[in-house]
Amino acid sequence: MRRTPAALVEADPGPAHTIEFDGRPVPALAGQSIAAALWAHGILAWRTTRVGGRPRGAFCGIGACFDCLATVNGRPNQRTCLLPAEPGDLVTTQEGHGHADLAV
Amino acid sequence: MSSGRPRRLLHPPYDLAVIGAGPAGLAGVVAAADRGLRCVLLDAGARAGGQYYRHPAPELGAARPDRLHHHWSVFTGLAERLAEHVAAGRIVHLVHHHVWTAEAGAEWRLHAATGADSSGSAVIGARAVLLATGAYERQLPFPGWTLPGVVTAGGAQAMLKAGLVLPGRRVVVAGSGPLLLAAAVSLAAAGAEVPAVLEAGDYLGYARRPGVLGAVPGKLVEGAVHGAALARHGVRLHRSSAVVEAHGTDRVTGVTVARLDARWRPVPGTERRIACDALAVGHGLVPQIELATELGAATRTVPDGTVALRVDRRQRTSLPGLWAAGETCGVGGAELAIAEGELAARAIAGAAPSRSLLSRRRRLREFAELMAAAHRPGLDWSAWLRPETEVCRCEEVPVAAVREALDELGASDARTVKLLTRAGMGWCQGRMCGPAVAELCGGGQQRGADSRPLSCPVLLGELAEPLDG
Repeated sequence: MRRTPAALVEADPGPAHTIEFDGRPVPALAGQSIAAALWAHGILAWRTTRVGGRPRGAFCGIGACFDCLATVNGRPNQRTCLLPAEPGDLVTTQEGHGHADLAV
Repeated sequence: MSSGRPRRLLHPPYDLAVIGAGPAGLAGVVAAADRGLRCVLLDAGARAGGQYYRHPAPELGAARPDRLHHHWSVFTGLAERLAEHVAAGRIVHLVHHHVWTAEAGAEWRLHAATGADSSGSAVIGARAVLLATGAYERQLPFPGWTLPGVVTAGGAQAMLKAGLVLPGRRVVVAGSGPLLLAAAVSLAAAGAEVPAVLEAGDYLGYARRPGVLGAVPGKLVEGAVHGAALARHGVRLHRSSAVVEAHGTDRVTGVTVARLDARWRPVPGTERRIACDALAVGHGLVPQIELATELGAATRTVPDGTVALRVDRRQRTSLPGLWAAGETCGVGGAELAIAEGELAARAIAGAAPSRSLLSRRRRLREFAELMAAAHRPGLDWSAWLRPETEVCRCEEVPVAAVREALDELGASDARTVKLLTRAGMGWCQGRMCGPAVAELCGGGQQRGADSRPLSCPVLLGELAEPLDG
């Protein structure tokens, strides 16, 4: 059997639900954060920086660094490492400060 | 802004508010409730445990969470006692409550952002406060460290322990301090390939005080267990070595590692490249104490250059009514945190300290100071930086801007550098770049405590509310 985190702790999660990332379906397990679901799907970046437009994703994993911000269900600047993934969540890559609609 | 937000609640004053539900906070709150105090436990997380005992949500159905932990039974014991006190009404446990400022007084007032998205608010009153807010990881920048796939060692641990996920298949682990060994062992146990662990310091530093080491046999056993586990997974530990660059365009594809001299300057000619799709990196932990330093609590500089709260033998800070325990008093691990949490609770409840607890605290504190000295960043660690390397991740401030502030604009401390460059003005409140900027200003030795009125970003609508609740 392949060693995986789930196998290591003998996890028995329920069936995966689905969130959407930039229009693509991403499976997520109940109890996983949005960032964890994205990592499990091989996605490491879901934000571009305000100055250099560089890709960023989860860095500290504990809500301290704010690198993992994304737009979730239309609300920008959500810390995805802390937010539980809920069925049907719409996650979109956040460009810069995420408030382009305000034209500031 | 305030439309749709839950109304703020003003709780009746508790005898004790404990901030943080990690080892120190849990031990403190149950010991205080044991002695009849009415307590509230405030924690930013969804479940008790803090970072050390971070574990999967129940929905993930993990039958063996202990496999990612040391001394898991210690946590389950504390969690059971917490549950009993909660059921009996002696402790109110408020999850998803991130305290962002504390008002001192005969009755303390703690302001918290609430909910998983921090959009709600609450004010909690208490006659005494125990600060058990733990620590976050110290980062030292290097070229390429902002690439996706470069994560903190603690972050790799947190995402694995709570979310059962890995950042990549082939994960290099680097930096300094014992957390690297724990992270490497967990990553390998969970199926990641760990091509190398690079420790910038030299564990031989521990050998300078055999008496201190001998007094904490548990720590020696723990080190041996980690060493054996690394060997079992075929992971090599390289001492006096560091990642000096991460490579990739949109994500990390490899790292360059080099041997370091005693001052952490990379030794020319020793560079080699390791292919990887993730890097877990960190340089020990930084006490998270801004709620207390903002109020003027006295601090001390730990041998690793970090700043911790100064407490007396009863865990009292210099501020009346404020106690501290665990990593806030200097990073020393879970066992020490538990001893200090209980000592603080006894003092708050007016009970005598136990002699065995005092002795355990002394032995573990001495070991913690020894460990801190062994993993202090070398004087020349910044030799691996380049002018364009970003120091501040939030505000994207390069090394060149920090050096210009220091060399040409007359800055001599982190606060002035912040005002001139914006390094430390971003979302993370300087948690990621603060220690590095302080080091670039001439080392942690002259570093005063950071003073920050808010310990996390807060909605403007929240600040617009009158402070009298």
